[in-house]
Amino acid sequence: MPEHLLSPGHTACAGCAQSLAARLVLDAAGPNTIIVNNTGCLEVFSTAYPDTAWEVPFIHSLFENAAAVASGVEAALRQNGKLSETRVISQAGDGGTADIGLQALSGMWERGHDILSICYDNEAYMNTGIQRSGLTPTYTSTSTSPASKSSTGNPRPKKNVVEIAVAHGIPYVATASAGFPLDLQKKVKKAMAIRGPKFLHVHVPCPLGWRHEPDQTYQIARLAVETGLFPMIEFENGKISGRYLIAKLKPVEDYLKPQGRFRHLFKPGAEAALKEIQEIANRNIERYGLVKTAT
Amino acid sequence: MRIKLTAEPGSARNNKTGSWRVERRPQFLQKNCSACRMCILVCPEGIVSGKEKNSFKTDYLYCKGCGLCAAVCPKKDIEMVPEETESKK
Ligand SMILES: Cc1ncc(C[n+]2csc(CCOP(=O)(O)OP(=O)(O)O)c2C)c(N)n1
Ligand code: SF4
Ligand code: SF4
Ligand SMILES: [Mg+2]
Repeated sequence: MPEHLLSPGHTACAGCAQSLAARLVLDAAGPNTIIVNNTGCLEVFSTAYPDTAWEVPFIHSLFENAAAVASGVEAALRQNGKLSETRVISQAGDGGTADIGLQALSGMWERGHDILSICYDNEAYMNTGIQRSGLTPTYTSTSTSPASKSSTGNPRPKKNVVEIAVAHGIPYVATASAGFPLDLQKKVKKAMAIRGPKFLHVHVPCPLGWRHEPDQTYQIARLAVETGLFPMIEFENGKISGRYLIAKLKPVEDYLKPQGRFRHLFKPGAEAALKEIQEIANRNIERYGLVKTAT
Repeated sequence: MRIKLTAEPGSARNNKTGSWRVERRPQFLQKNCSACRMCILVCPEGIVSGKEKNSFKTDYLYCKGCGLCAAVCPKKDIEMVPEETESKK
């Protein structure tokens, strides 16, 4: 048995947090796992024909239907009495999860399959050239929402896919981050111990699309959490049951500044947009209780 | 024409991504290491190994030189050095 269940030799960009998070997830899930993957960077960089980086069974079908294929795999395991030993993970990027794959995912949750679904959220369609997705944050410059003299980037809010999952009434929903590797692995283990549909939303910086140095991946992932822009929260049976309390709250500028996709926000005239991003963080902090309030 | 539709587990190892490294590679100094394992945890290639203090190393056949291991080391015991530097540990 190799030490890690995702082998080296995959072709992810240097410093890619999605490759890091996928390895952490699978190492925590263990060898008796079947992975079904939507199209996206993760599928492409891990399975360059004729090789594969996966040490476990892995199926790729289409961009939109991993959840449907995974449902079939789970049903077959159930029928053959093998679901107690073999578990199924259905995984995708943010586009594959929250946009094009959402109906298959919703069906899978609704039918109650015993599957862990994972969203690796790098906040755009990276594999095809950084197009904006439903999970791209407000005022991000992407190739389809470019910042310019007349635009401050993506005008729309980041979809709250976590609460969409919670609204399905599934037993476990959580967010995690590549900047908190042990917490991520703990949540995978917790999810795998629960029967029924589970959803894990993992924040994964992308040096290529976010335009930061490869060695900043870990730090930037942590700053997203420590500014309140990416809340680390857990829901069990519809109720919030866990949150990462921010010990030393940082201004959103600390997170935005090292990233080229937000460079336009530090030019004269973008002050209102910056202020709005801070307000998004403030609303997250209030909504989920991310900072200890003095009583 | 018939082509194979399945692949051997972990066969991506055939692809030696160490050739991607052009500028810098991590040097594991093995002086102040406290064996906290952070470098093992964050390496996106999963190629850092080691158990005892000051025993950690990477596999240059695959290391892409991203610098994450050096960035997270709390003891500053991993240094990114120019590719030409001698003594590969
Ligand atoms: C039906 C369909 N439309 C478009 C594509 C092209 N396509 C492949 S990957 C991808 C983007 C994937 O984005 P995301 O799910 O966020 O994953 P990422 O690559 O960012 O990790 C697109 C648009 C496709 N393969 N199939
Ligand atoms: S484009 Fe981004 S997500 Fe895709 S492999 Fe590169 S760093 Fe990873
Ligand atoms: S530089 Fe990057 S790829 Fe090389 S050992 Fe360090 S973390 Fe791994
Ligand atoms: Mg994406």
